[in-house]
Amino acid sequence: MPPILTSLIVLGVIGLIAGVLLYVAAKKFHVYEDPRIGEVEELLPGANCGGCGLTGCHAFAVQAATADTLEGLSCTGVDEAGMNRIAEIVGLKAAPARKRKAIIKCSLSCEVRDPRNVYDGIRSCAVEASLYQGESDCVYGCLGCGDCVRACPFDAMSIKPGDSLPTVDLSKCVGCGKCVAACPRHLVELYDYDPARPMVWVACSNRDRGPVAMKECTVACIGCGICKKKCTHDAITITSFLAHIDSSKCVGCGECIDPCPRHSIATNQRKRTPAESN
Amino acid sequence: MKTFHKGGIHPNPDKITADIPTMPVAAPSVCRLMLSQAIGAPAKPLVKPGDSVTAGQMVAEAGGFVSAPVHTPVSGTVKKIEAIRNPQGMWQDAIIIETATGEQPEAQSEEKRQHRTIEEVTPKEIIDIVGRAGIVGLGGATFPTRVKLSVPAGKKAEVIVINGAECEPYLTCDDRLMQENPDAIVNGTLLIMKATDCPRAIIGIEENKPLAIEAMRHAVRDIPSITVEVLVKKYPQGSEKQLIEATTGRVVPAGGLPIDAGAIVDNVATAAAISDAVLLDLPLTSRIVTVTGPTLKKPGNFLVPLGTPISALIELAGGLPEDTGKVIGGGPMMGRAMCDLEAPTTKGLSGVLILPHDMSIRAQAGPCIRCARCVSVCPMGLEPYLLMTLGELGRWEEAKARGAANCLECGCCSYTCPASRPLLDYIRLDKMEIRKL
Amino acid sequence: MDNKLIVSLSPHIHTADTTARAMWHVVIALIPAFIMAVVTFGLPALWVTLISLATCLLTEWFINRFMLHRPFTLSNGSAFITGLLLAFNLPSILPWWMVIIGGIVAIGIGKMSFGGLGCNIWNPALVGRVFLLLSFPAAMTTWPVDVPTAFGAADASADAWSGATMLHQLKWAGHTVDVSEVNFLDMAVGHMNGSLGEVGGIAILIGLAYLLMMRIVTWHIPVSMLASAALFSWIFGGNPLLDIFAGGMLLGAAFMATDYVTSPMTPKGQLIYGAMIGLITMIIRRFGAYPEGVSFAILLMNSFTPLINIYCRPAIFGARERKAMERRVAQ
Repeated sequence: MPPILTSLIVLGVIGLIAGVLLYVAAKKFHVYEDPRIGEVEELLPGANCGGCGLTGCHAFAVQAATADTLEGLSCTGVDEAGMNRIAEIVGLKAAPARKRKAIIKCSLSCEVRDPRNVYDGIRSCAVEASLYQGESDCVYGCLGCGDCVRACPFDAMSIKPGDSLPTVDLSKCVGCGKCVAACPRHLVELYDYDPARPMVWVACSNRDRGPVAMKECTVACIGCGICKKKCTHDAITITSFLAHIDSSKCVGCGECIDPCPRHSIATNQRKRTPAESN
Repeated sequence: MKTFHKGGIHPNPDKITADIPTMPVAAPSVCRLMLSQAIGAPAKPLVKPGDSVTAGQMVAEAGGFVSAPVHTPVSGTVKKIEAIRNPQGMWQDAIIIETATGEQPEAQSEEKRQHRTIEEVTPKEIIDIVGRAGIVGLGGATFPTRVKLSVPAGKKAEVIVINGAECEPYLTCDDRLMQENPDAIVNGTLLIMKATDCPRAIIGIEENKPLAIEAMRHAVRDIPSITVEVLVKKYPQGSEKQLIEATTGRVVPAGGLPIDAGAIVDNVATAAAISDAVLLDLPLTSRIVTVTGPTLKKPGNFLVPLGTPISALIELAGGLPEDTGKVIGGGPMMGRAMCDLEAPTTKGLSGVLILPHDMSIRAQAGPCIRCARCVSVCPMGLEPYLLMTLGELGRWEEAKARGAANCLECGCCSYTCPASRPLLDYIRLDKMEIRKL
Repeated sequence: MDNKLIVSLSPHIHTADTTARAMWHVVIALIPAFIMAVVTFGLPALWVTLISLATCLLTEWFINRFMLHRPFTLSNGSAFITGLLLAFNLPSILPWWMVIIGGIVAIGIGKMSFGGLGCNIWNPALVGRVFLLLSFPAAMTTWPVDVPTAFGAADASADAWSGATMLHQLKWAGHTVDVSEVNFLDMAVGHMNGSLGEVGGIAILIGLAYLLMMRIVTWHIPVSMLASAALFSWIFGGNPLLDIFAGGMLLGAAFMATDYVTSPMTPKGQLIYGAMIGLITMIIRRFGAYPEGVSFAILLMNSFTPLINIYCRPAIFGARERKAMERRVAQ
């Protein structure tokens, strides 16, 4: 037999055996997966942010495909049209979801920051917060190392060069809450978001008494209560010398912003100038 | 000479205050006593503003099982109970006492004190008195000693190790204590042995303290159950697990406590405090603090009443030098940098180290050249270079699998890294995130 | 107080050792071998070294400056070492442009393409050398003819062999070479032919002793590599002493296998790594197509370093005792 024939036969037989094995394996170990799971997953952002309360996008797709209702199940990362498509695929009706965006309850940008010491270590808020008060005297404020920026799966957080306070790009933020968990000082809160109405929040988390807070930071909330008096919708509460705006009650009128003597109230509609901050 | 086997470094000891006798410090005019001076729950105040207190009185009781009471070193009036900043600038509750003028803290309570002897106290009484006297681990860990002496059921203390290693550079408070008050340490050791029903004790001292070794040997000359072991100078010899291995050859299981190896470790200062509390009925109201630094004018060892502002200590040592870059509570290897010098001293403060500016700035970190020095110096057998990378990448699960939780934060890796990489910073991050998993 | 306190995590003191210090110590350790090279081969050795150094330094500077936009890194000495080692691995009469190509490949491909210092998988100098060896086999194995040899000087056929290294002679004419004629003392002081840096055994050993004394390297890699080479040389029927002193064995053991970046992290791993380099070298020398195999052996084992690092971890303090305790509890 010529060598070429031997090779052909041997290779052919090997190929045949492998093919049969593959066929058997494919049949025997076949697992049926609802094709809708894949379709739903296609529509999800794939960031596995956990904003839906499940462990990841695949878990969400499985849940959506097997659930009886979409009530309480909604992906923060897709818009209303996307949720409707998902609902269409699984044959259910999309429930209206609460849209939320992250806001940062601190105003300690470089313009107002007054460092009292120098931090010389790795850029990790978690490590810095475990070590000490931080570079400013306010033990509640932003440390500026960007743990939230690194935590954001949607690239919505950034610290501008030369600044130390993160800013949220509202067009990218989906309100998944990764940054809320990442911030060791608990400065990020998810606020109800409606494009039609401004978000207004107290950009401070300082719970020290007024005189102490005033010494620590030029824009610290001292809990004076002026904003509370101005608020016509009962959205503002003051606990331990710190005002807080309840986003479910706030209508975004902005009546509280200008009266604040400390310029601690921020809004997404109007960029505050450094002069205002001071 | 014995030592531990795995890893370790030999930093320059710089014990510039070793020959300076301990100087007692007068009580401050305002004494601020932190309620959180021990690991565990903060103490609960027993006094209210306006109360007058006498020196040695318990002003706050233990706030839980792992907690220790606080006693006032001064007589005077309670002004306020409010949050003050600790050396790291964090708010913590404290009792603020205005010292009465012209008082003699010792004399006032002398007649009320009850002297005892080692023979007459029972083990239970010892543990009880130690708990009531507010004694905590004075080496810096501030773990309540009462808890440590209560040997859990099923475990047996076979050897007591008294820690006189003082391997941290610069610090000399334990060295001075061993030279000046060896008998108190020995009595304290005997009391610990009695409390834990342990037949044997070893006092481990590093070779670079010849006077302390001599004093301790002299003090134990008639006591066969206590031996003084001279150890090779190597950091971190004063770490519990390393010291147990160095003195007894026993190895504490990973993640375990010394008692799992049949050992209990106490610092020499803790032993002396136990002796004072049990035999002389003196609660823990003061401790020796080494105030030192290469540029300090008058570095020294001071017997400091708790609640004295750290700035006052620095004044006693000649004031803060012009070029100060960093003030550290504790030694240079494991101490914590301070940002608020008005904070009061606490039970855990063994030293105040002042470094000039040029010694305070970390060098620019370079790339890892995989020289493996961090691996070779790690006393716990970890791979710091890998744990740092995993920390940078946020791969906590892997860091956990590689034993990051075993790290004692001794700092050998960061100390030795030729590229000045912040290895320990990232391992700390690993440990924090692993706890959250 | 005007100047602000600095706050950082412990430790607050740091050893005086730096990367640059370690690297420049290696450069110092290479000086005796360099002197030996110049003594043996004369001025051409100097030119090859200078060209190689200049190429390596310029390549790194150029790539850092214009391609990676990184700060200046030449002061850490690592490119300097690569330049020296590359030159030490070349014949003194190699055309100048080949040296330049070698330098560019060593730094550009061997080191910077991986991300610079600390990131490369293979020893850059050896990458350069092997690239040249495979591209210009003839030029890379042409040696100067006027070099004194410690080898068969009394033999009438000695002239025929001038211009070849001892390993060539052994490989291709093993039967005509009587090992007993070799004067090892002469060899050790450079009376042999070969690449620049490999001719002075004593000089290299002085460098190695310096590195060990300065604690730049540990004994594990050089000792295990030489011991394993000697052992396998003996098993394969060679002369262990000749195999150690001939060719690049000593140079490799002292300076190239011990390269921090490409060698394993733990002592156990380093012993395995060294022993395997010795074995592979001897296999290539005895059974392979090339007379010399140190470069290939080191590069091969460089590739295995990550694997060795995974399998040779240090033991965690108390891990064994913990297992014992858990067993006791389980019972």
